[in-house]
Amino acid sequence: MGEVIVVTSGKGGVGKTTTTANIGAGLAGRGHKVCLVDADIGLRNLDVVLGLENRIVYDITDVTVENCRLKQALIKDKRFDQLFLLPAAQTKDKTSVNPEEMQKLCLDLQEEFEFVIIDCPAGIEQGFRNAIAGAERSIVVTTPEVSAVRDADRIIGLLEAAELRDPMLIVNRLRPKMVRAGDMMSIDDIIDILAVDLIGVIPEDEMIVVTTNKGEPVVMDNASLSGHAFRNVVSRLKGEEVAFLDLDEQGFFSRLWKVFGKK
Amino acid sequence: MLDFINKIFGKDAGSSGNVAKERLRLVLVHDRSSVSPEFLQVLKNDLIEVISKYMEIDEHTLEVNLDSNNENQVALVANIPVKKMKRGVKGAAQ
Repeated sequence: MGEVIVVTSGKGGVGKTTTTANIGAGLAGRGHKVCLVDADIGLRNLDVVLGLENRIVYDITDVTVENCRLKQALIKDKRFDQLFLLPAAQTKDKTSVNPEEMQKLCLDLQEEFEFVIIDCPAGIEQGFRNAIAGAERSIVVTTPEVSAVRDADRIIGLLEAAELRDPMLIVNRLRPKMVRAGDMMSIDDIIDILAVDLIGVIPEDEMIVVTTNKGEPVVMDNASLSGHAFRNVVSRLKGEEVAFLDLDEQGFFSRLWKVFGKK
Repeated sequence: MLDFINKIFGKDAGSSGNVAKERLRLVLVHDRSSVSPEFLQVLKNDLIEVISKYMEIDEHTLEVNLDSNNENQVALVANIPVKKMKRGVKGAAQ
């Protein structure tokens, strides 16, 4: 039986879909059989982030209403033969799937895959309830902003109420320079407030934009700092102990040295 | 100038990162306690009524808010400016 993990945040635009895509690709890159589920019905995006948008035939609602078999709806990634996507429906809304259907879907996927990772829609309504219905663990994504951390706190409360305990936190789009200047909340500040376990810190990185433009997860890019950070998240998800990147040391020159392969 | 130096060393309590943390902390005290603004207003009115029996207070600058201490314990914090003590209240003349 595989593990079902939901990636959620409350607030939109903090990087849920990017996180889902990169964790999925990272796990598949390490030889695990992974299925990514886009639960954002009506606003599907995981397909474009993964560069699989042209290959969709069936979607999640086709499976739940038994318009097709589950296997027919799964799209196989071209880069990782262990990575699959179950896309969201684009022309329906969030009420077209219910929590019971999601639970059954997750059970079926667990039979087949080691990891089932669900990309949750923003908000706390039906879409959120559907997305968490079949999950056993949860990842909460936030950014170092008052609004995003506030929403993360609310989500953590709702996850706990739904018996999804010990959510794992990812702080995305951290700008170490601004933290050093005192103009951005630090990781310690955020952990202090949310009181949950940290599983990743992703620095703000232009390579995310560049790779997303091309539909390639940044986790495949060995030179980028954010790719490295996502690979570390994958290792921690697997239970390995990995030190957090020392972002303070990542000044211009040390990164330059890295590019030239020196330490 | 001092602000500038503090900014360089990142130790300024008034830096925007610290302002963000403090604002977040307060907003979460309210969110987590699920106390509505109306509830606080009703409480405030009752406090004014009771305290006014004993002293003359400035109702306009009076502040009643929830806060939390380091152990995440919720505290009711009231800042009530007193204009004048009232005489002739039982127990006040001792």
